[in-house]
Amino acid sequence: MSFLIDSSIVITSQILFFGFGWLFFMRQLFKDYEVRQYAVQVIFSVTFAFSCTMFELIIFEILGVLNSSSRYFHWKMNLCVILLILIFMVPFYIGYFVVSNIRLLHKQRLPISCLLWLTFMYFFWKLGDPFPILSPKHGILSIEQLISRVGVIGVTLMALLSGFGAVNCPYTYMSYFLRNVTDTDILALERRLLQTMDVIISKKKRMAMARRTMFQRGEVHNKPSGFWGILKSVTTSAPGSENLTLIQQEVDALEELSRQLFLETADLYATKERIEYSKTFKGKYFNFLGYFFSIYCVWKIFMATINIVFDRVGKTDPVTRGIEITVNYLGIQFDVKFWSQHISFILVGIIIVTSIRGLLITLTKFFYAISSSKSSNVIVLLLAQIMGMYFVSSVLLIRMSMPLEYRTIITEVLGELQFNFYHRWFDVIFLVSALSSILFLYLAHKQAPEKHMAP
Amino acid sequence: MASLDRVKVLVLGDSGVGKSSLVHLLCQNQVLGNPSWTVGCSVDVRVHDYKEGTPEEKTYYIELWDVGGSVGSASSVKSTRAVFYNSVNGIILVHDLTNKKSSQNLYRWSMEALNRDLVLTRVLVTNGDYDREQFADNQMPLLVIGTKLDQIHETKRHEVLTRTAFLAEDFNAEEINLDCTNPRYLAAGSSNAVKISRFFDKLFEYLFTPVILQKSLTWKESA
Repeated sequence: MSFLIDSSIVITSQILFFGFGWLFFMRQLFKDYEVRQYAVQVIFSVTFAFSCTMFELIIFEILGVLNSSSRYFHWKMNLCVILLILIFMVPFYIGYFVVSNIRLLHKQRLPISCLLWLTFMYFFWKLGDPFPILSPKHGILSIEQLISRVGVIGVTLMALLSGFGAVNCPYTYMSYFLRNVTDTDILALERRLLQTMDVIISKKKRMAMARRTMFQRGEVHNKPSGFWGILKSVTTSAPGSENLTLIQQEVDALEELSRQLFLETADLYATKERIEYSKTFKGKYFNFLGYFFSIYCVWKIFMATINIVFDRVGKTDPVTRGIEITVNYLGIQFDVKFWSQHISFILVGIIIVTSIRGLLITLTKFFYAISSSKSSNVIVLLLAQIMGMYFVSSVLLIRMSMPLEYRTIITEVLGELQFNFYHRWFDVIFLVSALSSILFLYLAHKQAPEKHMAP
Repeated sequence: MASLDRVKVLVLGDSGVGKSSLVHLLCQNQVLGNPSWTVGCSVDVRVHDYKEGTPEEKTYYIELWDVGGSVGSASSVKSTRAVFYNSVNGIILVHDLTNKKSSQNLYRWSMEALNRDLVLTRVLVTNGDYDREQFADNQMPLLVIGTKLDQIHETKRHEVLTRTAFLAEDFNAEEINLDCTNPRYLAAGSSNAVKISRFFDKLFEYLFTPVILQKSLTWKESA
């Protein structure tokens, strides 16, 4: 009886999460596009719903809500469904939509997407070989095999995003790094842009008139296409078409220049807005936060290095350590069990919420930057895949932040993974990502002022 | 060849509707083989015979400015785009017949172009409301073009064309529906070609009208 009640609670929350994912998709991601393939929207919302349910089950574990056996059952079921989606459905649909976009292969969509999926499975399997992620006791198609590989990919993603985020956050918040941009700089650049457009127009006018006279005279301009075409054009070419090709090349170069100028001008406008924003109260507040975040970032890099160099993986979670310190060193006595439960609930809750929110915001920004009306379906599915893998690995890693008594369910369900490996792997990739972000931002920052401050 | 002050026409529309293909078709009478994203603005020139067939026939150049991007771009990109909206003589609004949102976004595009000064000072919030009176008042020639006609199934055509007819009426403009990969739609003598020719002719009539009558629609050059 209690099993039914528990299940209905879990299923209701799943439906809620599904609705939230659906709304997010419609309002944020697909604002400017029309949804024609509802399958994409359903898949995205389902992935989101099941990922959130996993987090929900962790919270229930800490708070002791619901029956322990029904929790275990739902864990297993959730995991199976998510793995099914991440490994079978989403890659298959990605292949299907990619092939649908290519006009030539339109007829044989289905067999080709099956082929693509099989290739994906092959590489996915091969991924497990170089990593010592499993104790060699398990069969081929067990959950542990699949989860271990998904975990590797997800942890890599998490570490990359964390590394870049940790460095980028203070860089964006602090106004120390803002370049000085004045209105005259912008106007000068705009004038250059318009001048370039004028030169392009005058050249195109010449070309248009030349084409018209050639057309009226009955000549035909053959653009040299292919190897033999170029050879032929060397010997037999009407003077008109030679001219045209020359001018066309000049125009191509000028158009490239105009694109560069456009991007630089947009960049200057963005910097100017940021300067104005930093003078407001909100801007000053974020500037202040930026200093804290930079200290936190340096500390994290330092800790990651220490962990790797001294081959150390934390045995106790922050909550228990904090309580130990307060009890032993500060001599404050309090009910350890009661407080550890609540504090870990709050801590884990904060971690979950910030990571979901951060991921959704990053995904949205990414989506706006690179999607177009043709590729929007494929990109959303890729994002759903990334999101699913990210959340699964978050569950793996969150285990470290929880006191021992709550870790059992994760260890039970996920089986005998070498959790320590994943933490080590996270530290390594985090370090690499943070250091390369610092290098990248440094180079980008250095290069920009030289371009604009030229007299 | 009369070298007039420039005759400038903006080609506006959402990303991916086919503006570059359209401009290529109009100016070079050829289908664009490898369409790629337009960054910034790409310009092409069309040679147009004003008052063709009459004794007053004259040949002019018309500049078609194909401005890339989407209505939801960052405000820094919008400010940069605004530099192209200087002294415009006509606007061609392009939308995708298979994508309703691109048709709805045309209102925001036209607001952005016609209110250039307000965009720069960030007084105007382009959130999709548009002012009917402004469009009724508007004397600048507009043309609405719907692309990807070949991808609309025969059975849905009537419904789509009714919708676009309403759209064109809102803008007080002519409308054309075509497929940019097929030059047949703009073949000489077809009704589409006649509409385009008439639109370009209107540009010149608008230009030749004394300044007093063009009350609200010449823009100051940026100081």
